[in-house]
Amino acid sequence: MALGGFFNKLKAGLTRSTEKLTSGITAAFVKRTLDDAALEELEELLLGADLGPAAASDIVENFRKSRFGRSVTDQEIKDALAEEIAKILEPVAKPLIINRSLKPHVILVVGVNGNGKTTTIGKLALQYREEGLRPVLVAGDTFRAAAVEQLQVWGDRTGAPVISGPPNSDAAGLAFDAMTKARADGADVLLIDTAGRLHNKSALMEELAKIIRVMRKQDPTAPHSVLLVLDATTGHNALEQVRVFKEMVDVTGLIVTKLDGSARGGIVVALAEDYGLPVHAVGVGEQAGDLRPFAAMDFARGLVGNVGQSQ
Amino acid sequence: MFDTLSSKLNGVFEGLRKRGRLSELDIAEALREVRLALLEADVALPVVKDFISKVRDAATQVEVLDSVAPGQQVIKIVNDVMVEALGGAGAVPLNLSAVAPVPILMVGLQGSGKTTTSGKIALRLLQREKKKVLLASLDTQRPAAQLQLQQLAERAGVASLPIIAGQTPIEIARRAMETGRREVYDVVILDTAGRLSIDMALMDEVRAIRGETNPAETLLVVDAMTGQDAVNTAKAFNDALGITGIVMTRMDGDARGGAALSMRAITGAPIKLTGSGEKIDALEEFHPERVAGRILGMGDIVGLVEKAAEHVDEAEAEKLAAKMLAGKFDLDDYAKQLKQITKMGSISSIVGMLPGMGAAKEALENANVDKTILAKQGAMISSMTMKERRDPDIIKASRKKRIAAGSGTTVQDVNKLLKQFDDMSTMMKKMRKLGQKGLMRHGLGAIMPKSMQQRRPY
Repeated sequence: MALGGFFNKLKAGLTRSTEKLTSGITAAFVKRTLDDAALEELEELLLGADLGPAAASDIVENFRKSRFGRSVTDQEIKDALAEEIAKILEPVAKPLIINRSLKPHVILVVGVNGNGKTTTIGKLALQYREEGLRPVLVAGDTFRAAAVEQLQVWGDRTGAPVISGPPNSDAAGLAFDAMTKARADGADVLLIDTAGRLHNKSALMEELAKIIRVMRKQDPTAPHSVLLVLDATTGHNALEQVRVFKEMVDVTGLIVTKLDGSARGGIVVALAEDYGLPVHAVGVGEQAGDLRPFAAMDFARGLVGNVGQSQ
Repeated sequence: MFDTLSSKLNGVFEGLRKRGRLSELDIAEALREVRLALLEADVALPVVKDFISKVRDAATQVEVLDSVAPGQQVIKIVNDVMVEALGGAGAVPLNLSAVAPVPILMVGLQGSGKTTTSGKIALRLLQREKKKVLLASLDTQRPAAQLQLQQLAERAGVASLPIIAGQTPIEIARRAMETGRREVYDVVILDTAGRLSIDMALMDEVRAIRGETNPAETLLVVDAMTGQDAVNTAKAFNDALGITGIVMTRMDGDARGGAALSMRAITGAPIKLTGSGEKIDALEEFHPERVAGRILGMGDIVGLVEKAAEHVDEAEAEKLAAKMLAGKFDLDDYAKQLKQITKMGSISSIVGMLPGMGAAKEALENANVDKTILAKQGAMISSMTMKERRDPDIIKASRKKRIAAGSGTTVQDVNKLLKQFDDMSTMMKKMRKLGQKGLMRHGLGAIMPKSMQQRRPY
């Protein structure tokens, strides 16, 4: 895919998610003085995009310092706002690099229920196939009804082999066996799906830690990446999710899903400020090709509704 | 640091309690904190504004300003407005008053928990109302979604519509209703694919399904962790379909659940049920007063009792309680209690359910109390002889050394455990003296030794 087309597709996905904020900003800032009332409105718009009170107030304070009392246009506000936000996001916009010498590079995919782990794995599998790598998928969600079948469909769609065990079998044992098999088969990437779990269920979190312990018996450096999948519709609980998952399984990066909806995923800004974990990619649809690299400026522009400007 | 709504409000109102009277300035300050706390609890901004103005109206009335304990009254006002906003007291049952088979339509975003909830509702109707239920998955989008519902139906012991590949959702809906009529089902639950509120094609499709089946209930399934987007989702689904009820899922998580307030405010539809676990029977009625209490840090005693009932062996618990009251509680009993606590989940989540313990919860989180401490204590007790467990006073230096070696801990750890157990015994003695009434009057503070209030309770 040509790079230009690629970004256009990303923008198309993000545009839809930002229409409301855009119209809000337009309404609030068509040529007016940036006074207290205007700044308050701006803060509220950021709050409405899930940036959270702390991040929203930081950004607004920066505005106050540099632009208070000036007469500004809608466009100036958008540009400046996007820049502010991009500054925060820039350090975390890092793609996930597969180490081809590991054979396999083991990726454990974790997160709460229903945030799109399995779909994301399907998308990653397609991406790796297109890059000429050999991904193998592991159906580590042995708990939820039909989770194995769901991953199997993704395996069929992307041509990646799927390793699965019987229902309710031990996910750690399955991961261990899958590593043996993947190594023997010369796979490049091993994508391990796990059952969704709420971070406050300590027994389930312990189970996740066990998967890692067991894998390390085979390869002390595994897993090489632990991806936490986050649903863009999530509010402040995302902060707690990241904190606990990071503590329990040493998350190495995030993937933000469902950004094609009306949710704007502003909590990513708060996450970048608080944890600085890399954001590798964003999900913008249900199809296999709907995974995009996370680009700070594009995301920020999408967030403030300035999509048309970057071309 | 992630501040929960309850600890925030506790902070505000602890300040208010100490003052005799409230000025309008006090109220304004408290309301600013309430606003911030509501936002941090993910209540949507327009809903927050409305909420704040309602509280202000009530709070600035003269009777409050001149009353004896204004702080308490403000707490009550905030609580009342919250309960009211969540739907008033009591639970609203599912509406099944239609000609059988009664269709129930499940809608929502992807991953909100529609399919799992469908299975739970089916089981609930079967067990509590002896209904004959048919589950039908209209989800042709997500891979294996229909299979998932079929498997859930098997677990719940209800029927599911046979899967025919290639049918459109509306064809499946029609077939489900036909099957429902022909085979005399009481209820047909139609589980639809997750869809984005801005996806016009899919919203049109679900509107057509609604028109075709005329459901008695159109339930919007919402994740309790949802942020500000709750407003958009609620509005879009309500405008398109006319939502008759809301199901909040993942209430067993630690999200403050501000989305419940947003959803109720935007749609006007009652929150009917809550999902609180992955097990197929983990579905409860929604009680506004309980959830308001939990959000506001008034404690969720009922929830705590339910949680305890779920995990604690009742006979065992009664035995322990009797021993406590008789003053015969020993280390062996303590070990048993540790085990039960471990089963109930993290200590801070339990403490968070207790009234007025918001601050303690935060302290606990900061102190990083975790289960390793409980495990350690369990190990130490396991390393004691029966005699030592019954009478810890006999544990002196050399016994301590042996216990530490046996449990992989240090003598200091053993000392700590013994000190804590001693504190606990003192506490129980006080509790006996105070009796139930005294406990209610003086609160938990009355029985907690100073040392325990400052440190961890175990």
